[in-house]
Amino acid sequence: MAVAFDEMNIPGGDLRPAYQELARWLKETPPEALEYRRQEAELLFRRIGITFAVYGDSESTERLIPFDVIPRIMSGKEWTLLEKGLKQRVKALNMFLRDIYHGRDILRAGIVPEDLIFQNPVFRPEMNGQQVPHDVYVHIAGIDIIRVDAEDFIVLEDNARTPSGVSYMLENREIMMRLFPDLFARHRVAPVERYPDELLSALRSVAPNSASGEPTVALLTPGVYNSAYYEHSFLADKLGIELVEGRDLIVKNNEVFMRTTEGVKRVDVIYRRVDDDFLDPLTFRPDSALGVPGLMSAYAAGNITLANAVGTGIADDKAIYSYMPEIVKFYLGEEPILKNVQTWRCREPKDLAYVLDHLGDVVVKEVHGSGGYGMLIGPAATKATIEAFREKLKREPEGFIAQPTLALSTCPTCTASGLAPRHVDLRPFVLTGSKSTTIVPGGLTRVALKEGSLVVNSSQGGGTKDTWILDE
Amino acid sequence: MLSRTAENLYWLARYVERAEYLARTIDATLRVTALPAAYIGKTNEWDSALLTAGVAESFYQIHEEANEHNVVDYLSFSADNPSSIRNCIEAARLNSRSVRTALTSEMWDTINSAWIELQAVWSKGTSTREDLAKFLRFVQETSLRFDGSAYRTMLRNDAYWFSRLGLHLERADNTARILDVKYHVLLPEEEHVGGPLDFYQWSSILRSVSALTAYHWVYRETLKPWLVADLLILNGTLPRSLASCYDNLTRNLDQIGVAYGRQGPAQRHARGIRNRLEHSNMNDIFQHGVHEFIQEFISDNSRLGEIITKQYLI
Repeated sequence: MAVAFDEMNIPGGDLRPAYQELARWLKETPPEALEYRRQEAELLFRRIGITFAVYGDSESTERLIPFDVIPRIMSGKEWTLLEKGLKQRVKALNMFLRDIYHGRDILRAGIVPEDLIFQNPVFRPEMNGQQVPHDVYVHIAGIDIIRVDAEDFIVLEDNARTPSGVSYMLENREIMMRLFPDLFARHRVAPVERYPDELLSALRSVAPNSASGEPTVALLTPGVYNSAYYEHSFLADKLGIELVEGRDLIVKNNEVFMRTTEGVKRVDVIYRRVDDDFLDPLTFRPDSALGVPGLMSAYAAGNITLANAVGTGIADDKAIYSYMPEIVKFYLGEEPILKNVQTWRCREPKDLAYVLDHLGDVVVKEVHGSGGYGMLIGPAATKATIEAFREKLKREPEGFIAQPTLALSTCPTCTASGLAPRHVDLRPFVLTGSKSTTIVPGGLTRVALKEGSLVVNSSQGGGTKDTWILDE
Repeated sequence: MLSRTAENLYWLARYVERAEYLARTIDATLRVTALPAAYIGKTNEWDSALLTAGVAESFYQIHEEANEHNVVDYLSFSADNPSSIRNCIEAARLNSRSVRTALTSEMWDTINSAWIELQAVWSKGTSTREDLAKFLRFVQETSLRFDGSAYRTMLRNDAYWFSRLGLHLERADNTARILDVKYHVLLPEEEHVGGPLDFYQWSSILRSVSALTAYHWVYRETLKPWLVADLLILNGTLPRSLASCYDNLTRNLDQIGVAYGRQGPAQRHARGIRNRLEHSNMNDIFQHGVHEFIQEFISDNSRLGEIITKQYLI
């Protein structure tokens, strides 16, 4: 495994420019003061109720995501490049989805194998030929980025369904500004507070034609027991829109209405945080109590916009991921700015053979998995785990991909024994409306708090940091 | 606003109000039972406490006899009693989470902080009288803070009015239930059987609705049972009287009616109850039978709850 890129220190003892002021400040600040602020931050998170639920964990149903008070800093120049790459990638994702559910040029050109689409459970035949307003499928994308050296940003994963985490980006900043006003005074940090406004205008811009001049937007949540419920209520509040559950909505004459104390009111755009499978029991899972019967027929009639669109899972599937460089080239005729992690597709015999031979060195992921569950991290796994995984792989090779273990970059982080480098990734949020694509500078930095750990997922002991893009 | 949001706000206010009322009931009962037996007669005050809380039936399915230990536990900490203080606070927190967007941050903070703080009490319980007193005070203060936050920070729109409806409906129910259980000590002197020992019962009733001082201000008299009844039923200046609750209920329903440009059965029903209270006096009520009067009120009041639910909340 390569040596991790240290975002603060240059080998040899110098500091990278973006971190110089922070390093100076850290030197002036006694460790007790830092510890005191850290506790204060935790108290704030708990009082505001910024919690998440861990499924299958009965002991504490609401937990805090650990927050690290040391910011992760990037220069404006680095961000400009990243931003360009993100816009390019999301544009290609949208064009790919439009194509898959309409003309399928990319399949005919033989770039992506057909069975990978049609035999994929996240492909939605219901969307074939369906017009979505303004051809936008992925209104909100969360692209997971890692850094391996000074030059390169690599996409680890595209999240084109219902990416979460943006509330942490916003709350982390609020809390940092409250706790460290002096540190902010010494930097010019690009603000992130525009995000809710930009999200609302993106959502309004994609309202269906049958909507009134002032389209009504609502956020659909699975309810209080969902792990991301805090975020749902937070966003609805910031956007000033109703937070609805399935039982609050009804469909009449192919229009969607919400039940209010003054009778029913039409809804035009639904920012849904409910998975495809649960959206409409008449079309998808009949046992879903979270959905709205008839929603898909209102969608087909063009009377409601769903953000993100139904069927976007086919674009962020881990098996499709490996084709992203070709997808970008195919639709845009450009070289991809953001690289992909080298990926072995276990469905291909040659790749499978390689992976089976190198199980101790690679990371194997389930094609449909998420949240860091069900993966094998070769170098960290025991012999028995590796052997068990080998059997799984042989049984169902098409269910897996493998990637080299990457040295995620590190940032200084508070630990029990003082500041120490910990591995981080970054999830910027890309918003696409009818006219433009926007990205609030930065995103959510996730940090693996355990020494040496590469798993940043909150469900697996990861934490978060505030992400600073310096305005230069 | 969403019907579900209105429903949550309405129930949230009810749960908080109920938690406070239960805390006051336990407080008042502890006081009465601390008196020497000669002062309070033979009644089991813990049994009365269960009756005024409306949970006697479910209690006696698990327990043989009511005593301080098992009643305090049942009313405060029991997870099995759906309207224990614990379950009221849990339900209030859950309701708050699902309508966070309709609450001000002060209201959320009150409920959430109390909920966090009380987790320790649920797991450990209260080992001493002092702990228990502290807990009961904390519950009452939480309700005051919540109510005060709502009053001082909420926009005066339907969200506020629906939460007030819940508060006053619950409060009217609580006051009426105390009267229902204790009416026999509130009969006029000539019909009375208990004798002067009942003084402590009267003061206990007033204490459980925080009206002991108010009584003296209003009547400038020693405690007289029919005046206690007058205060709790008909006196519009006492915030917990039935009359005052109905002044508020009709006002809030009218505000909703004006905002929505439409009146309905809820407005009419509430006005009917209010008019009846306005045109009653204690003599008539005693003639008619205090017990019957109260029972009728309790069922009218819960009927209003059903009508509001049907008209707005589903």
